[in-house]
Order: sequence, then C-alpha cells, then structure tokens
Amino acid sequence: MLEFRDILLRQGDFALAADFTLPQGRYAVIGASGSGKSTLLSLVGGFLAPDRGRLAWDGQDITGMVPGRRPVSMLFQHHNLFPHLTVAQNVGMGLRPDLRLDWAQKDRVAQVLAQVGLSGTAARRPGALSGGQQSRVALARVLLRARPLLLLDEPFAALGPALKSEMLDLLSAIVADTGATVLMVTHDPADARAFAPQTVLVEDGRAHAPRPTGPLLDDPPPGLRAYLG
Amino acid sequence: MGAGHAVAALLTALILGTLGAVAWAAGGLSVLTEWDWRALRFTLWQAALSATLSAALAVPVARALARRRFRGRGLLVTLLGAPFILPVIVAIMGLIAIFGRNGLVNDSLRGIGLPEMSIYGWQGVILAHVFFNLPLSVRLILQGWQAVPAERFRLAASLDFGPRDIARHLERPMLRNVLPGVWLAVFLVCLTSFTVALALGGGPGATTVELAIYQAFRFDFDLGRAATLGLVQIALSVGALLLARRIAVPAGFGTGMDATGAPPGPGGWRRGADALVIALAAGFLLAPLLSVTASGLPRVGALPADVWSAALRSIVMAVTSAALTITACLVLALAVARGAGRWVEAAGMLPLVASPLVLGTGLFILLRDLATPQQMALPVTVAINAAMALPFGLRALIPAAQALQADYGQLAASLDLKGLARLRLLVLPRLARPLGFAGGLAAALAMGDLGVITLFAGDQPTLPLKLYQLMNSYRMEDAAAASVLLMALSFALFWLFDRGGRMDA
Repeated sequence: MLEFRDILLRQGDFALAADFTLPQGRYAVIGASGSGKSTLLSLVGGFLAPDRGRLAWDGQDITGMVPGRRPVSMLFQHHNLFPHLTVAQNVGMGLRPDLRLDWAQKDRVAQVLAQVGLSGTAARRPGALSGGQQSRVALARVLLRARPLLLLDEPFAALGPALKSEMLDLLSAIVADTGATVLMVTHDPADARAFAPQTVLVEDGRAHAPRPTGPLLDDPPPGLRAYLG
Repeated sequence: MGAGHAVAALLTALILGTLGAVAWAAGGLSVLTEWDWRALRFTLWQAALSATLSAALAVPVARALARRRFRGRGLLVTLLGAPFILPVIVAIMGLIAIFGRNGLVNDSLRGIGLPEMSIYGWQGVILAHVFFNLPLSVRLILQGWQAVPAERFRLAASLDFGPRDIARHLERPMLRNVLPGVWLAVFLVCLTSFTVALALGGGPGATTVELAIYQAFRFDFDLGRAATLGLVQIALSVGALLLARRIAVPAGFGTGMDATGAPPGPGGWRRGADALVIALAAGFLLAPLLSVTASGLPRVGALPADVWSAALRSIVMAVTSAALTITACLVLALAVARGAGRWVEAAGMLPLVASPLVLGTGLFILLRDLATPQQMALPVTVAINAAMALPFGLRALIPAAQALQADYGQLAASLDLKGLARLRLLVLPRLARPLGFAGGLAAALAMGDLGVITLFAGDQPTLPLKLYQLMNSYRMEDAAAASVLLMALSFALFWLFDRGGRMDA
C-alpha cells in the first residue's frame, strides 16, 4: 500500500500536490503533457524530494530513502540498459549492482532470461538487440529484483502497437507472478483500459485519488477531454 | 562529491598559493628594467602579429579545404591537428632545417642573388608561431565553414550566385563570427610563448616576458625581478582571459570533419588558386618535419646513451603526468556533472591563468628551503605539466560526464549502483574515450615540453632539454636524430592512450 500523505512539490512555477492512498493493484497515470505525470513517478522513485508531506510504503516512511534502497523498480522512457554491458550483466545488476554473482545467482539470471524469451542472448550487448528485445531485458531485470512497487514512465512508447501490447501482456504475467503494485504513465487511453483497472488523473497541479479507468475515460473531465481529443 | 571538492581545493591551493608566493617575492614594478618593459611590449606585439598572420593566412586555406574534395584531404585535415601535440623544439629544428642559414630557402635566395634571411630574431619567433597556429586556425575556420548548412550553399547555387555573391552573403558573415575567436585563441597561445623565444629569439628585440622570467631567474639570480615579471605575465593572461569571456574561443581539436554535401566549388582560375594554396600550406607544414626526419632517422640508432636515458626519464615523467591529469580530470568532471557548483569547474580552468614559468618560479620560492633545485626539477615539472594539461582534458571530459549523468544517472541510482562498482561498471567504460584522449594529450604535451625544466636544468635532463643542449653545442646531426625520437615518442604516447580509450568500442 502506497500512501501520499499531504505531499507538495514545487519546481519554480510548477507545483504538484498529492494526498491519497493506493492499495495493492495496477494503476494508470494519465494527464496532459506537462501536467506532472513523470514528476509523480520521480517522487515515488526517489529522484525528487517533496517540499512538504510524507511518502509511505506499507506504513513505513520512505520519504528520505535513496532511490536504490526503495521498494521500487523503475523503467524510464529511455536508457533502461547500459549499452556497454552484456544482456546478462544488465539483468544481473538486479541481484547485485557490483555484479559479483555466485553460481546460483547466475542461474537465476539465465532463468529469468528464459522466462522473457531471451535465452541465447545473454552474452550480447543491447545494441545488437531489437527494441522489443531490449524491453524484455529491462523486464527480466524487474522480474529478478522482485520489488513490490513497479513504476513505468512510458518505457514502451517507442515500440509499435503490436510490440507494445506484447510487452504489456508480458508485464501482466510478471505482475501476476510477483504481486507487485504498478503505476504506469501513459498517454494512450487504450493502454490504460487494457492494463489498469484504476487510474490516477494528474491535472491542475494535483494528482487525484484513483478512479475506475473505464468510467473516467468514458466521461473525462474537461482538461483531460481536451488532451484526449 | 567530496573528492571533487578536495581536488578542486588542492588545485586552487597549488595555483593560487604559488601565485601568492610570486606576489610576495615580487619587488614592485620599480625593479623592472628597460629591458623588461621591452619584453612586455614585444610579447604583446608578437602575439598580435602572430595571431593576425595566422588568421589571415588560414582563411584561403580553410576555404580551399572546405570547397574542394581530393585524395588525402581527410589525412591533411587530421594532420592539421598534429601541431598541438608536436614538441615545440622539434618544430624549431625543422624550421631551422628549412629557413636556417643552410636551409632550402636561403640556398634559393643566394642562388638568385637575393640577401639571406635569418631565422634568429623576431622574424623567427613569428615564423614559428605561424607554423604552430596556422593549422589550428585553419581547423577552427574550417569548422565555421562546415557549420554553414549545406542547404544554404545549394540555395545559393539555385539562385545562380557567383563566387563573389557567395563570399558576400555566406562567407563573410560566417568569418565575422569566427575570426575574432580564432585570433584570440592564437593570441592567448603566443602570450605565454617560451620555447620558441628561447630557441629563436632572446636578443633585445625578441624576448618575451616568459623568457625574461627565465633570464632573471637563471642568469641574474634575481628572484624579486623574476617574481615581478611573473606578476606582469599573470596580468597579461588574466587580461586576455577577460577579453576571451566576451568572445567565444572555440576548441580546436577532436571534432569530426565530414563532407557536407555542399555543391562543388567554382571552377576556372579559382580551382588552380585553391590547389596552389593547399599545396603551399601543406608544404609549409610538412617540409620542416620531413626534412628533420630525413636527416635524423638514419642516425637514431647511433644516439649516445645519455640521450636514451633522457628519453626514458621523459617517458616516465610524461606517463606520471598524464596519470595525474586524468585522475584529476575525472574527479573534477564527475563532480561538475553532479552539480558541484561553478567553482569546481573554475578551479580546473585555473591553470589557464598561470604560465608554466610563473608556476615554476613560485614553486621554487615555496620549496627552496626544503629541496635543492636539482631535487625539485623533475617532480615540479611533472606537477606543472599535469596542471597545464588539465583545462584541455576537462574540455573533453566535462561534456561526456554530463551526458553520462543525464543518460544513466537515474538508472544507476535506481539500481543502487554506487561507489567503486559504479566507477568500474559505469563510469570508466562510458568515459574511456575522452579519458584516453585527455591522457594522450597530457602525455604528449608533457613529453615534448621544454619549459619549467629549463629553470632547474641539472644533470638529469628530459629529452627536449637534452635536444636543446645538443642544438646549443652545434651537434646538429645528433639533434636531428633526437628530434625524430622525441617526435615519435610524443605521437606514440598520444596514440597509445587514445587507442587505449577506444579498445572496447
């Protein structure tokens, strides 16, 4: 359970407020460009600190925790893999960032690579893989880290529609496996409907408490309506 | 961030502390003689003239290279970057071989009954400065030419512009933007000219402030006057850098020079003129080096043992110096990339304010009660060479470190990748190229440097100093061979470091 307790974050003229609780589940985060969707994720990921309020996971205050220690895995829009490391090394970092892995851990890496359908690519560099395969590598690492909270900042935006839905299916399988809570930023209503029963709307400097995705998108508030067109 | 601040503080203490010692020992402007004021006037005059000549001569060469395509063009453009790491004393040997008393030029002048020219004196100083800075200027102006979008040249062609119209509407506006920076870059380099003045100048009409510091220090043992001259030199550098803040000085190395897709250049007589300009420039740059190589190469094997031990000493010093530079560069660049504040970056650029001879004088003042000049010669030379290479290294590393932080900083943080593991798995592999490049520059500059070491010259000469001693004792055959050795070692060190940075790619 993720709690935003009276959070306020300021960046120059921009401000973002959040005061609600997310029980375990899957959430889409939706809103116009520049509304603060990514800011909300950066706040949870630990890359931005709120000026006011606390953030708690399962009752424990995580406001001051550094990103790598949070119960969080995050996929960014770009740069989810280190291009100079092999696929196995990129995934292995999910177990030990210094990559001093023992045999059992190396086996785990091979296992998750097989699980996302990438057996045989372990020794390759990301540059030698297709965009969809690269996404799978990043998801394999998420699987291996098994953190209870997963943040997705449109990591599949650059993929074509078929690949994207393939990734969302894989993601659903992983989440079903690990029971993680997911926050997924998206600008595509179809993704939100397909993946997330609940949606957090970010509008006018505020992240709103989640509402059922279907009804929200069927009858969006004026700002979101203008954005969705 | 702690390490970045520590290195920045250490560097600031080294430079400002040294300058402070110089200021403390300075005797006030009244100790300066008429000779010293002439040195100041000559320094400004020769730097201005060298800059003007280099920039003016570079324009036709850059234009010819910009609008012509020929075999070997890429090689020539790459070679234009070589003088940056060419030891100054080697170039002087080459210029003497061509323009000296028994050189090609004077032989021809005698042959057609004209008076000889001497390479010693102000004209030699200017000649050597143009030799070093013409290539730099050509590269900078060429970048300006290639920054003009090819579409504009195509538009000009479609509007049936003649060469004059192109010059008026496209080339002159670009040159107005680029030339002030080029001029200033050369002016700055020539302001602290020491080796050229030492070898080719020296008389009343051809002594720079740097050389006057050396003379006051070494021949007159007048530390107060040397220090006062040091202050004058600092004032010159600071003044020029303040000027540089108003004019953007471009960086002259490391950028690619690709074909632009512009339409072919004009035909007719301009074609021949461009060919002539390119041939003249290439000849001016290559003939001295080829001449030294031709006379020196066969004798390298016969060089006496003390030259070889000087070479070994220089290699060790250059590699040590380069290691110091890349370590400091890396620490500072990472700190700057993490937003350590402008003073850390400013500390890394601080060596630009100080000249090697001023630093050498200051360190001597600080250390004279602790060590003999012989004892401090090599460590002080290594430290000053490392510091002087720092600004060049930082120019390559800071943008790379910033890109690293912007692209992978969050990913690394989210995976809890930090400390030594971050250095090993992220920073070193991603920054290997600029690190190798910076190390290569630092090693080559240190290898070829003939500056501070002359202040302390003892029984342990570096290879450039040994070469200078050979020249002074008229052992020109050994000097030519030592030149070839020094040039080869400088280029080899640069290549090895630079190559090392690309191994993984």
